Amino acid sequence: MRKFLLFLALILLPLEAYALSGEEVMKKSQAAFFYPGKDFKARIIMELVSKGGQERIREMTMLRMNLGEPGGNQKYFIYFFQPADVKDMTFMVYKYKGRDSDRWLFVPAINMVRRIAAQDKRSSFVGSDFSYEDVSGRNLEDDTYALVKEEKVGGRDCYVVKSTPKSGDVEYSYKLSWVDKGNYLPLKEEYYDKKGELYKVFTADEVRDVEGFPTVTKRTMKNVQSGHRTEVAYIKSDYNIGIEDSLFSERFMKQPTKRWIE
Amino acid sequence: MTLARAFVLAAALFLLSPAEVRCEGISINGFVQGNYSLGTAGSNPDGGDFKWAEERVQLKFEASKEPLRLFIKTDAFHDWIDEDFETELREGFVEYVAGKWDVRAGRQIITWGLGDLIFINDIFPKDYEAFFSGRPIEYFKKGIDGVKLGLYPTFASFELVAVPFFEPNNFPKPERFHMFDPMPQITNREKSEPATSLENTEIAVRAYRDIAGYDASIYFYRGFFRQPSAIPDDLLAPSRLSLVFPELNVYGASLQGRAIGGVISLEGGYYDFREDREGDDPFTPNSQTRFLVGYQRQMRQDFTVGLQYYGEYMHDYSEYSDNLLPEFPKERRLRDLVTVRLTQLLRHQTLRLSFFSFYSLSDGDYMLNPEVKYNFTDNVWAAVGGNIFGGNGRATQFGQLDENDNVYVQVRYEF
Repeated sequence: MRKFLLFLALILLPLEAYALSGEEVMKKSQAAFFYPGKDFKARIIMELVSKGGQERIREMTMLRMNLGEPGGNQKYFIYFFQPADVKDMTFMVYKYKGRDSDRWLFVPAINMVRRIAAQDKRSSFVGSDFSYEDVSGRNLEDDTYALVKEEKVGGRDCYVVKSTPKSGDVEYSYKLSWVDKGNYLPLKEEYYDKKGELYKVFTADEVRDVEGFPTVTKRTMKNVQSGHRTEVAYIKSDYNIGIEDSLFSERFMKQPTKRWIE
Repeated sequence: MTLARAFVLAAALFLLSPAEVRCEGISINGFVQGNYSLGTAGSNPDGGDFKWAEERVQLKFEASKEPLRLFIKTDAFHDWIDEDFETELREGFVEYVAGKWDVRAGRQIITWGLGDLIFINDIFPKDYEAFFSGRPIEYFKKGIDGVKLGLYPTFASFELVAVPFFEPNNFPKPERFHMFDPMPQITNREKSEPATSLENTEIAVRAYRDIAGYDASIYFYRGFFRQPSAIPDDLLAPSRLSLVFPELNVYGASLQGRAIGGVISLEGGYYDFREDREGDDPFTPNSQTRFLVGYQRQMRQDFTVGLQYYGEYMHDYSEYSDNLLPEFPKERRLRDLVTVRLTQLLRHQTLRLSFFSFYSLSDGDYMLNPEVKYNFTDNVWAAVGGNIFGGNGRATQFGQLDENDNVYVQVRYEF
């Protein structure tokens, strides 16, 4: 009996240090990064900066609603303020666990909502260095994980996890993520191309507590091979504001209510 | 003239204000644009070379104080071909938005249906002159002057549109475009649009909802066909043609959703020409069934392919054949066509290469539209493209436009 208790104590004690696998780290990270709160609203400024320094601005409001547990289905709504040629354009995504998303786009000049083909989740989001998956998250089942090491990033203790896509239809061969041990936010990610060369680097440049949720309020994705980078700032963020399901509709895409988008 | 004055006032207001005005729910945006289209297959019928040549300013004014919203989109342009300066109210409406319903009254653009440049249940007015002349695609649609009521109970959504003022489609002008004319000797022509009356008020209804992950809509329209029929005053010795717009009902449905790795669109409509239900009136189109199958797929990053098959099936074909006048070319029972759209985005989606084509299987005619568009900055873009028409027949939709090939350029500064 005493031996058993000792054994029990042994396996329970180092829980924090050894119990998490790479997959568990990434699961907690997904919940902390893409799923906090019941819903979320952010006013976002995206700067696309070319190697030569030319800047293009995308300004939008993003609404997100979770339909269940972290990792489950979500709905996204994006309203564009800038640039001028896409002002009043809206974009809606129903994201499903384990199958392709549904996407709709509203084109204000002809007052039309249409579905758009959305197979390639690695496609660039509005021309930026972020892909759709980088904006709304990747299915956990699509990768295999290995906890590689632990390392500090900017003074924060991090797990370093290697994620390898199971299928070959992704433009990178693997990704390394530095995940904060305290709040499970990714502080840095490195994407390696098919030749094994580093090509994209994500950095969380500012993490703030927003209404009790640690939130990455500034982030950068840089393509180190092309020199192009995209800097994103959340200039206003709110959680649990009571977004209703009816907002994710054709009606709302055509005439978004000011109080939800501003 | 009052509109021109309002425009000048709005322009002055804009110039005196900062680049972006957004105080108390008021915003002003717009663009300055140059748009030129040069014929490449010979001169126009009137000897000119340009299909389109203009500079244009658009102002979009929006003021909102929930639940009310006012929106005005107005253009002023200088046309080099007709050498005139004009203004045009593109849209102008007030809107009231309540929890479960809303209403929009005034000039507004409405787009229904799923087709890509093919319209079955979108019975709202179009501008084919704009489309064939290489103008930006938004000018393919014309506004209606009417009222739209939206109702949003939980089980479905509804749009009810009433249009008291008839607006025909706009077709290319015979001075600028070579087109087939079955009776060229008769130059005395009179267009008679339906009078504005309660009885002639057009009604359009759309009901839509989600069905098992698919977007489903049903449609109804009661009004007039926007392409006129030419009716001679005297069958044996015609001296005058009346251009009348036949009475039309349309009953339709559409379905769109994700399937076989892309987006599938299905749409159909029954065109009931109320004045010729027997099909034996040679001056009124016979009733038709129109249908569309579309498929859109992203083949790889930033490269999308769209395919469509469209058909128009004429009912009471034998009655049509028996009563056809010798001057008119005989239409087929089934007119069908396929379209292909290829879109490649490059340079962080600032450069767009696109290709669109119609090819009619039944008529053997076609229209090709390659285009390159580049966003130089967030405010300045330019597009260069071509419209190429051809086919065997001289009377088919695209075949008759054979001599109207053109290259166009659009340059726009948006603010």
